[in-house]
Amino acid sequence: MRSPLIPEMATQEVQLNETLVHLKTESETLKSKLEEERAKLHDVELHQVAEKVDGLGQFVMKTRRTLKGHGNKVLCMDWCKDKRRIVSSSQDGKVIVWDAFTTNKEHAVTMPCTWVMACAYAPSGCAVACGGLDNKCSVYPLSLDKNENLAAKKKSVAMHTNYLSACSFTNSDMQILTSSGDGTCALWDVESGQLLQSFHGHAADVLCLDLAPSETGNTFVSGGCDKKANVWDMRSGQCIQSFETHESDINSVRYYPSGDAFASGSDDATCRLYDLRADREVAIYSKDSIIFGVSSVDFSLSGRLLFAGYNDYTINVWDVLKGTRVSILFGHENRVSTLRVSPDGTSFCTGSWDHTLRIWA
Amino acid sequence: MTSNSNVSNMRRLVEQLKLEASVERIKVSQAAAELQQFCLQNASKDALLVGVPTGSNPFREPRSCTVV
Repeated sequence: MRSPLIPEMATQEVQLNETLVHLKTESETLKSKLEEERAKLHDVELHQVAEKVDGLGQFVMKTRRTLKGHGNKVLCMDWCKDKRRIVSSSQDGKVIVWDAFTTNKEHAVTMPCTWVMACAYAPSGCAVACGGLDNKCSVYPLSLDKNENLAAKKKSVAMHTNYLSACSFTNSDMQILTSSGDGTCALWDVESGQLLQSFHGHAADVLCLDLAPSETGNTFVSGGCDKKANVWDMRSGQCIQSFETHESDINSVRYYPSGDAFASGSDDATCRLYDLRADREVAIYSKDSIIFGVSSVDFSLSGRLLFAGYNDYTINVWDVLKGTRVSILFGHENRVSTLRVSPDGTSFCTGSWDHTLRIWA
Repeated sequence: MTSNSNVSNMRRLVEQLKLEASVERIKVSQAAAELQQFCLQNASKDALLVGVPTGSNPFREPRSCTVV
């Protein structure tokens, strides 16, 4: 340690050190207290409560459509509210809008960057947002004129200092929520590009986010490389709850349809369910035979089924209440990278590193 | 060397932990019962769970042409 030139500096440094030690002790005590309080209310397991519920029968879910056209890994997709259109983005820089019923491509945009890791459909169905290694989130209005050059109308909305990992419109076309490799999430005004709120608290890259169902109020959940899932108040920017039980990066988070819980998927090969009112993890969906990471998760309409896409090319379907796997789906020829259930719950779509998207029902 | 920013980071962490500790919680038994109730109440509307009458799921319909 360097010897200070002035005696006052030495005293100041000792004081700072003491404060730091005191604060560290206080934080350790608070963390233990938090765990204690949570444990007091842990009187039963979810699957025990669900013992009396009828088990689920055999599921017949097959690929009903295959969307081919991307030239490289599909990284992200989102449904339009009309339940038939889909936007997808790829490592080759292309963003494509499909009609999933007919498998026709309706629009295509080439981004100026590769690895377009995030894309989202606007609630009106009139625009899409996307971004990735360009560190930005851009909005493209969708034109009815197929000959129009979409890239010309592009609007840059979000600017991060590292890659864009996820984006989502809020309940209107006017605001976008983003998450980034720079460790933050942010809320932006689409028209002006202004930053409305930023969310700091993750200690590493934020990989995913999901907005609470509109009835539940203004919150969203994010998951990151720090193994934490954080719940945020959108108006204040405050992190209101935090969960750290995964053993590796959290790649996907999704709210339970009632808004009272959320599921997560991680590189630790498990999916977990966290109840927001009990403030703890209430279920783990795992098997010794499943050793590859989970890339994406989504619930069926009633919340009874959890669909999860894995890096071993499969989709596992879990009984959310009983904690058991009810089905395993094969078809993709490389990692499943993205998975979303359609807005009316009649099907779900997966995107894969095998360059295709599949619709399952 | 200790810096002021380390101390302010720690202060922020402590404040955050105090906030998280003050959250009102309910018992897992109650939370689980409500999750279950939601599932059961909405099960009949969940097409991927119970299936839908043949012909009404647009993705399950065979895409064949009809002879007019």
